[in-house]
Amino acid sequence: MVQPILQIENLHKKFKDVEVLKGVDLSLETGDVVSIIGSSGSGKTTLLRCVNMLEEFHQGRILIDGEEIGYSGPRHKARKESEIARQRAMTGMVFQQFNLFPHMTALRNVTLGLTKVKKMPAEEANAIAGKWLARVGMSDRCDHHPGQLSGGQQQRVAIARAVAMNPKVMLFDEVTSALDPELVNEVLNVIKDLANEGMTMLLVTHEMKFAFEVSDRVVFMNQGRIEEEGPPEELFRKPKSQRLAEFLKSSKF
Amino acid sequence: MVEPGTFLYELWVSRWAILDGFGTTVLVSMLAIVLGTILGTLVGLVLVYGGWVSRFLVRIYVDFVRGTPVFVLVLASFYLLSQIGIQLTAFQAGLFALVVFCSTHVGENLRGALQSLPRGQTEAAKAIGLTFPQIFVYVLAPQALRQALPAWINTATEMVKASTLLSVIGVAELLLVSRQIISRNFMSLEFYFFAGLIYFLIDYAIERAGKAVERRVALPS
Ligand SMILES: Nc1ncnc2c1ncn2[C@@H]1O[C@H](COP(=O)(O)OP(=O)(O)OP(=O)(O)O)[C@@H](O)[C@H]1O
Ligand SMILES: [Mg+2]
Repeated sequence: MVQPILQIENLHKKFKDVEVLKGVDLSLETGDVVSIIGSSGSGKTTLLRCVNMLEEFHQGRILIDGEEIGYSGPRHKARKESEIARQRAMTGMVFQQFNLFPHMTALRNVTLGLTKVKKMPAEEANAIAGKWLARVGMSDRCDHHPGQLSGGQQQRVAIARAVAMNPKVMLFDEVTSALDPELVNEVLNVIKDLANEGMTMLLVTHEMKFAFEVSDRVVFMNQGRIEEEGPPEELFRKPKSQRLAEFLKSSKF
Repeated sequence: MVEPGTFLYELWVSRWAILDGFGTTVLVSMLAIVLGTILGTLVGLVLVYGGWVSRFLVRIYVDFVRGTPVFVLVLASFYLLSQIGIQLTAFQAGLFALVVFCSTHVGENLRGALQSLPRGQTEAAKAIGLTFPQIFVYVLAPQALRQALPAWINTATEMVKASTLLSVIGVAELLLVSRQIISRNFMSLEFYFFAGLIYFLIDYAIERAGKAVERRVALPS
């Protein structure tokens, strides 16, 4: 059996008394592209944030390449901050709001993690960052600050910043939701290219057509649970659950 | 040439005294700004990142000082500190009061700037694996300092103005020197005006220098 690169087991997450993840199990093998769909508030963002340890969780385990992240042991003991920082670099995250560092050039946004986390010499970091910025079509904007870039360009730099760290899994949370419609495709195309090259991805999206085309599997979340999971053809064409059928109808797929 | 009894003559006669006063004003203001900024940075960091006990104590310190007129702070540090056995010269006591005053403004300013940064900045920095000290140094501080700069320049000019209050405890800064000169020659209008002009010029210089720095660190957009 192949060891999954990302394994989520029985994940429970509460905000105060409200349980927003009620036992999620999900597993990705290297190269898998999995899309999470579901109505607003179903816990998609929260799930991704738990994988990147931006949220604490109370029960369950997340393993990346076999290593339990955030916590250790049966007592669910939180790891040290420095441990968590190291583990966070195993996943790359792209946010809805880009979150580029506004005081740094596009190039420096990408090299920061390489020089400070991976302790690369500046030259090597610049070469890698330059390569990735070229891959997302931003070569001619390396010296620009985020304030000088369009939303689509900022998001492509943000993708370069995340993938340059060579993470084992990439996480995308509705990365085109904040973009003007005409800028959506340039970003989706970059993601598609990365997917085709075998990058492991877990992505939350409201772009059903994109999810259909890019995914190996699609996961439908509802009220903190995975309601249905399967290849896109089955999920989109032959939904088993009533809820998924309703969701697909309402989301104009 | 310049007749005795004219303003220029009196100015010439008292030039060394005025220069001394000017020097004291600049010295005490600069020390207050530098030391107040150092202390204020600590105040701001505790207000944002401190545990609840230290945050609570520093919050009381800030609100108490900001609720007190600077004049009262100056008098208190001159008269009260000696009561509890801390012997300071007038200069030291006055400087102490200004540093305390400055630290609360700098601290509040820094707190506001740090807290106004979007949470996404920290999260994006965490996501690439930076530790908290790295996040602070490379991501948060450069943005917060840019944001805090205009208010900090304003605080610096306020400190120069507040330094005039040290005249009441006998620190021979520019205002006290001017008053001593006036008590000899009764040219109050001229010498007060002259002192006012100097204060204006000092603050003007600070503001221009500050604006130049602001322009240099401004982000292209
Ligand atoms: N920081 C928070 N504090 C309290 N409740 C939260 C917090 N973040 C999310 N929630 C709640 O958790 C639930 C799941 O939110 P989440 O953002 O994961 O949903 P989502 O599926 O990503 O929705 P959307 O499609 O709108 O992005 C929601 O009910 C939300 O109100
Ligand atoms: Mg969401």
